[in-house]
Amino acid sequence: MENEISEVQETSEAIPETKREIVIPGEIIVSGDDYLPGEGVRREGDNIVASKFGLAEQIGRVVKIISVTGSYVPRRNNVILGRITDVLHNGWLLDIDAASSAFLPVAEVPRYINQHEMSQFLAIGDIVSAKIWSIKGRGIDLAMKGRGLGKVEGGFIFRIQPSRVPRVIGREGSMITLIKEDTGCNITVGQNGWIWIKGESIDQELRARKAIEYIADKVNVGGLTEHMEAWFKDN
Amino acid sequence: MSAMNVSNLTKEYLVKLFAENKRFDGRKNFDLKDFQVEYGVSNKAEGSARVKLGKTEVVVGIKLQTGEPYPDSPNAGNLMVSGDLLPLASPRFESGPPKFDAIEMPRLIDRMLRESGFIDLKKLVIEEGKNVWTVIVDIYPINDDGALIDAASIASVAALRNAKFPGLHENGKVDFDKKTEERLPLAEEVIPLSFTFFKLRDSIILHPTREEEEACEAKVTFGVSYWKGQYMVNSCQKGMKVPFTRDELETISKMLPEKHEEIVKTLRTKLDENQKA
Repeated sequence: MENEISEVQETSEAIPETKREIVIPGEIIVSGDDYLPGEGVRREGDNIVASKFGLAEQIGRVVKIISVTGSYVPRRNNVILGRITDVLHNGWLLDIDAASSAFLPVAEVPRYINQHEMSQFLAIGDIVSAKIWSIKGRGIDLAMKGRGLGKVEGGFIFRIQPSRVPRVIGREGSMITLIKEDTGCNITVGQNGWIWIKGESIDQELRARKAIEYIADKVNVGGLTEHMEAWFKDN
Repeated sequence: MSAMNVSNLTKEYLVKLFAENKRFDGRKNFDLKDFQVEYGVSNKAEGSARVKLGKTEVVVGIKLQTGEPYPDSPNAGNLMVSGDLLPLASPRFESGPPKFDAIEMPRLIDRMLRESGFIDLKKLVIEEGKNVWTVIVDIYPINDDGALIDAASIASVAALRNAKFPGLHENGKVDFDKKTEERLPLAEEVIPLSFTFFKLRDSIILHPTREEEEACEAKVTFGVSYWKGQYMVNSCQKGMKVPFTRDELETISKMLPEKHEEIVKTLRTKLDENQKA
């Protein structure tokens, strides 16, 4: 329990400064009836016990665990990038790096698609940005209606750990804006850790990727946005 | 498995990058990955080494046993290379019966070692026709970030150099508790190494990362050694569907000595440290 990370972690949501502790599954985080188990924790008698490895956090009465590692857990309204793995008669199957594959129905595409020529619009291996519409027992449904959603063209895709996505975005998008401004690239960060970069020159695109991978590598550095401003001067 | 397939976008981007002699990690098309060698990682094996080639990591262990020679070679020791692609190394690898890649890897290493004459099998005879040493090379990939065969070849050579004979009972059986200081009869200057070249459209690259390897359309592996003052190609295997042109193979073969020398140079300094230890 000594490993307290006291500095604020950059997240896309503004969270007040809280104490965070690294916990392992089975570890008792707090005891007492005053607390409510949130995500990644469970109640065992009087104790609130961790169910997974990560940073334990208390917000008010709720105790939850923020993953530092692990695969993507899909959530409603997340914007993700996915790769088409199959073309069906009524939609497309996508790999979004989650436990199950996702389905994008033709009806959720904001344009007319001829059912016999679906792979002319999206073929196997193509990348799309989409929003998670619903998560049911049988699978994940996607929608592509919305600003900035659709087939991704040009540039390239790479992946980082999904748990590092909030850091790459920064508080209210400060980090990603910094990278976009410095490199002049278009960047889309999917909540599933897939990142698309397209810029004017190869060198700028590679620089943007290098910057993002550098951020994803620095797990416990405070004031990362300032740190990155310095990084851009040095590189 | 599915997530490891490369997207159309990244593939087209890599075509563009390679055409400009650039890579995602800042290397040029034929630049090698950095590598590190660690010796004696297993205390049960007679010799072992861990090689990190970029993010690719391979552990090789050498076991020495005695046994009957094969009928067609009564006056030579035996060499066995085995290995499996462990699921821990990559999400692409599944447990179960070995598939094509898992059969190919140890066989390529076997041919590379055997044909180079690196191990003097004739010197492994204890009693001609009856009792000889069997050298078993076990390859364990720990992490696969591309160029696994090349990493395994470096690790095999390093582990063989690290191996010491165990003691022998009077009846010719091995006494594993007794360690001798005697090393394997190796041809010091030979040092066989594998080089796998990957082709994507008109570009050829060496030491790919996982995503580059996924995007590539053809590969060719050469087992190269240094024999009596000249470089030799001891084994060669072409994989995947797309063909190589004659010009491309000539470019590759001209490059082999230089790349071999580059790795051997680093390996030798590390081997010398090992011999002292």
